[in-house]
Amino acid sequence: MQRFESFCGSAAPLPRDNIDTDQIVPARFLARRRADGLEAALFHDQRFDKTGTLVESFALNRPEHRGAQILLAGNNFGCGSSREHAVYALLDYGFRAVVAPSFGAIFFQNSLLNGLLPIVLPQRDVNVLLVAAAGGTANSFYISLERQTITTGATSFTFDIDPFRKECMLLGLDDIDFTLRQLDAIIAYEGGSGDPSLS
Amino acid sequence: MPRSLFDKIWSQHDVLSRPDAGTLLYIDRHLIHEGSRRGFDILRDKGLSVRRPDLTFATADHYVPTRAHATQGVPDADKRGIVEALEGNTKAAGVQLFGIGHRQQGIVHVIGPELGLTLPGTTVVCGDSHTATHGALGALAFGIGASEVAHVLATQTLWQHKPKAMRITISGRLRPGTSAKDIILAIIARIGMSGASGYVVEYAGPVVDRLSIEQRLTLCNMSIEAGAKFGLIAPDDTTIAYLAGRPFAPTGDDWDRYVARWRKLASDPDAVFDRDLAIDISDLRPMITWGTSPEDAIQVDGCVPDPDHVDAKARDRARAALDYMGLSAGMRVTDIAFDRVFIGSCTNGRISDLREAARVIDGRKAILPALVVPGSTEVKTQAEAEGLDRIFTSAGFEWRSSGCSMCVGMNGDLATSGERCASTSNRNFVGRQGVGVRTHLMSPAMAAAIAVFGKPVDVSQIVDGDR
Ligand code: SF4
Repeated sequence: MQRFESFCGSAAPLPRDNIDTDQIVPARFLARRRADGLEAALFHDQRFDKTGTLVESFALNRPEHRGAQILLAGNNFGCGSSREHAVYALLDYGFRAVVAPSFGAIFFQNSLLNGLLPIVLPQRDVNVLLVAAAGGTANSFYISLERQTITTGATSFTFDIDPFRKECMLLGLDDIDFTLRQLDAIIAYEGGSGDPSLS
Repeated sequence: MPRSLFDKIWSQHDVLSRPDAGTLLYIDRHLIHEGSRRGFDILRDKGLSVRRPDLTFATADHYVPTRAHATQGVPDADKRGIVEALEGNTKAAGVQLFGIGHRQQGIVHVIGPELGLTLPGTTVVCGDSHTATHGALGALAFGIGASEVAHVLATQTLWQHKPKAMRITISGRLRPGTSAKDIILAIIARIGMSGASGYVVEYAGPVVDRLSIEQRLTLCNMSIEAGAKFGLIAPDDTTIAYLAGRPFAPTGDDWDRYVARWRKLASDPDAVFDRDLAIDISDLRPMITWGTSPEDAIQVDGCVPDPDHVDAKARDRARAALDYMGLSAGMRVTDIAFDRVFIGSCTNGRISDLREAARVIDGRKAILPALVVPGSTEVKTQAEAEGLDRIFTSAGFEWRSSGCSMCVGMNGDLATSGERCASTSNRNFVGRQGVGVRTHLMSPAMAAAIAVFGKPVDVSQIVDGDR
């Protein structure tokens, strides 16, 4: 995982509720490998029409939101399927953070594990950010993971994050190495669990 | 202190807890499918191997062709590659694979219970969001992403924060023609797509006690559609009878020891839940979805909602859903004309589901193209032994081999844009069954009825008998 550093960027609005991972990456792109890149698959059936032409009205396609690094989303963003491709596609497209009132549980975890910062803020705070993002405002948002803040103009909101995941993201560490350092505890558990299939 | 079923399983699997990272949970069963390729890639990049191949079990389901049931039958080279990767990765790691051609192959959430891989009181994970299905047997089962798959392959554990607990007590009596699918659609319609986000849901009450294991599997399967990673049902006599003699279930003296342990798992009578919900299903009619989210479910005798009459926040989504679905506000559900039918998936591809569907069509003819895809090869074999395949084929249904098929269409079983599909699966998301395809979720009995009548009917009027 890449280290997550503070950044200035612009935000794109996609405030619908319940955007599922089938919409974020349609299933027909799931045979692609991580290394193949998934930028083109992101919101494919909304960004492009049936002939493959860009749909101008879709938020991400509007000139003022091109190159946005922050996605402002609605409730339950990333619900549905566990496909981690949804996170890869957002990252490959250039997003580094998604702000929403709530997230699908598996998507939320997948994001943290891949360095895409999921920020949970109350709807009223997201609404303030949506207003600030309307019309496109180049690099007017600032996210600091160290301070757990998202700032635009004079407005700044603080968000919560699990301290362990924060540390992993800041250092670019993945938790497999961390867990393997607890191997003794795992082996002890296996020895003592009383389940013959585990010892 | 009184403890719930969930508390008991959680604490039994606590390897260690840290205030910052949560609990390192031990994983008893890791079920994998084609989607595990990324997990194996991560493992390889890190120079690690599968820590407990003996606790890891694999099947091929998502990309399996339902006509030419063979790896060479996967038409697309990329997709064939992902099936071959599963075969290669499991072989190299010494993981047992119920692959294409194996007599126990099937959808991962169908074969886990069927083979007795899923046992009460265990933790089960799979890189698939419908893993809560296995909770029907009293297992703490949940879906994970590819990075977590890699973590489990490498360590047999996962970091998790303990969710809150919700109990849904279901009382009343199921009317004829209704099933667990109608119950879960009614629950999701009531609490919404994120109504159980952050919770483990325990389903309880007299109705659940009377449900068969297959019906309980259907109920737990769609927990994620209400936002819950976990759905649970306490093990009881029905569970124990179901598991006895399954290939991977304990045997001999072990069996008695396990059963004694399973009997202690149920939530203590005064266990406390963060949220307690009660629903009475006495008046429940067959359910069907009208929109593009499983929460958009209504009774078959109802009308498609009018966006002008839903609350302001939901209005835009309702309008967009009606537009995508090609429906008009206020029209009667029984007037919706269908183009195609799919019976199958991990929600409703079990033998009892096929029996229900066959009961409706017996002696009738399908007037729509209709596909029946058994949830596992064993379900297929059993159905053929009972003659269900002949009921389906003589009514004009296509009888296929087992896989996920049109639930997600990754194997190429898709409908065409604009078509309206009656489906026994679990997701009616935009484009789920193909670009521009309109999916309506329902029970197997209702889907079978649509195949023969072309439109929804109250199946309670064509099937008799109470349960
Ligand atoms: S049948 Fe559908 S929901 Fe179930 S595992 Fe397969 S694709 Fe997923």
